[in-house]
Amino acid sequence: MSTVRLLVGTRKGAFILTSDGKRKQWTVDGPHFGGWELYHLKGSPVDPDRIYASQTSSWFGQVIQRSDDGGKSWNPPGTKPEDLMGADGMPKGESNMFLYDASEKTGKPLTTHQHYDGSQRPWEFKRVWHLEPSLTDPDTAYAGVEDAAIFKSTDGGKTWHELAGLRSAKGQLWQPGAGGMCLHTILLNTGQPDRMFVAISAAGAFRSDDAGQTWRPANKGLQSKYELPDPDADVGHCVHCIAMHPSRPNVLFMQKHWDVQRSDDGGDSWHEISGNLPSDFGFPIAVHAHEPNTVYVVPIKSDSEHYPPEGKLRVYRSKVGGNEWEALTKGLPQQDCYVNVLRDAVAVDQLDPCGIYFGTTGGQVYGSADGGNNWTPIVRDLPAVLSVEAQIL
Amino acid sequence: MVRVILPQHLRTLARVDGEVPLDIAGPATVNSVLDSLEARYPMLRGTIRDHTTKQRRPFIRFFACEQDVSHESTDTPLPPTVASGAEPLLIVGAMAGG
Repeated sequence: MSTVRLLVGTRKGAFILTSDGKRKQWTVDGPHFGGWELYHLKGSPVDPDRIYASQTSSWFGQVIQRSDDGGKSWNPPGTKPEDLMGADGMPKGESNMFLYDASEKTGKPLTTHQHYDGSQRPWEFKRVWHLEPSLTDPDTAYAGVEDAAIFKSTDGGKTWHELAGLRSAKGQLWQPGAGGMCLHTILLNTGQPDRMFVAISAAGAFRSDDAGQTWRPANKGLQSKYELPDPDADVGHCVHCIAMHPSRPNVLFMQKHWDVQRSDDGGDSWHEISGNLPSDFGFPIAVHAHEPNTVYVVPIKSDSEHYPPEGKLRVYRSKVGGNEWEALTKGLPQQDCYVNVLRDAVAVDQLDPCGIYFGTTGGQVYGSADGGNNWTPIVRDLPAVLSVEAQIL
Repeated sequence: MVRVILPQHLRTLARVDGEVPLDIAGPATVNSVLDSLEARYPMLRGTIRDHTTKQRRPFIRFFACEQDVSHESTDTPLPPTVASGAEPLLIVGAMAGG
């Protein structure tokens, strides 16, 4: 029988939750890296025991960790004893070095972006928000960082190189949202290996068709009436999350600051699908593993009221690709619930029926083994959950 | 020999218990101590000071002989008692809580 493994990043460490395919009994392992913020952990699709983790701290900055045994042991890549010294005799330890590429050969001049006060600021690395391992090579992974940029590693996370062309996509107009100017979403697809999507708060969605060398904004159709002076500007939209089903890479679903959106042409244009949601504000969005038209969101009340409307924790599911949404409530608290679900904190598994999981800022991780019809708390009292990823072994 | 005391999270990251003894080539300064520390424990690179600018991270402090030497030049010789190992160099994280 299959094993399901959930990789849970929290404000104070990482936890690994494991169950068999029935998804009823779970073991909880952790905290790993106790006391550190674990923004995101994700396993390689081609080698699930290889897991990349972003470990950060206001005191000590960024650390990248990697496990090659499914989370039993961890090392910052490149710092095992056999890796300690380079051929030139110099010590390594560059797995946490994210230098914006300003080299003449491959980089772009380190230009500036907008700051809150309207001034221009140079890019300054703060942390890794999202790690996206390659779909085909366990040594290759992408990192979405704050200040917004995308980095690539081809040596298992030992070194990272910026794909600097992204900053050319009107980067001077990007500006941080209240959560920072972060690149939080990276979408890859095996059928179109050169196509990539990223999303940035608060800059918008961007698409590359040459494996990340060049990028263009993919925000046409988005409306941000109360966030931007020009509501349909090319860039500046606060995109919170984008999801895609691998069988339909041209269909994208987006949870924006306000509005749930859909694109049917690979991000060339977007249209709103918020429909009957009680609020169209939220952070995560996810697609069912086997039903490309089944989409999940977790509405919260507003941009300042980051909790569910009416104190009822409800996942909303559309089985028709948007506009018509049903509340999924069985097993979820339906009174006095004021937690939030962050953008990377929803995941689906590949079993049939599809499992879906989410973590809350109150430290609960809920799971459903039937596509969202029924929910149970897997664990109730973790630190605030930042991210959830699901693996099938 | 210089004795360095790391904050708990960096001890965990470097997988060391207690103090870290370091042999320093030349005068013992914050810079030379950190060079030696990072050469031996590369996983600490970037966690105390920036990889390239070598600037101290904002919430890190250096204490020597009950003095905060964080704002002195990192090339200033450390007190003789620290250079000789009689007193440790403390690398500490800023207080936080509430």
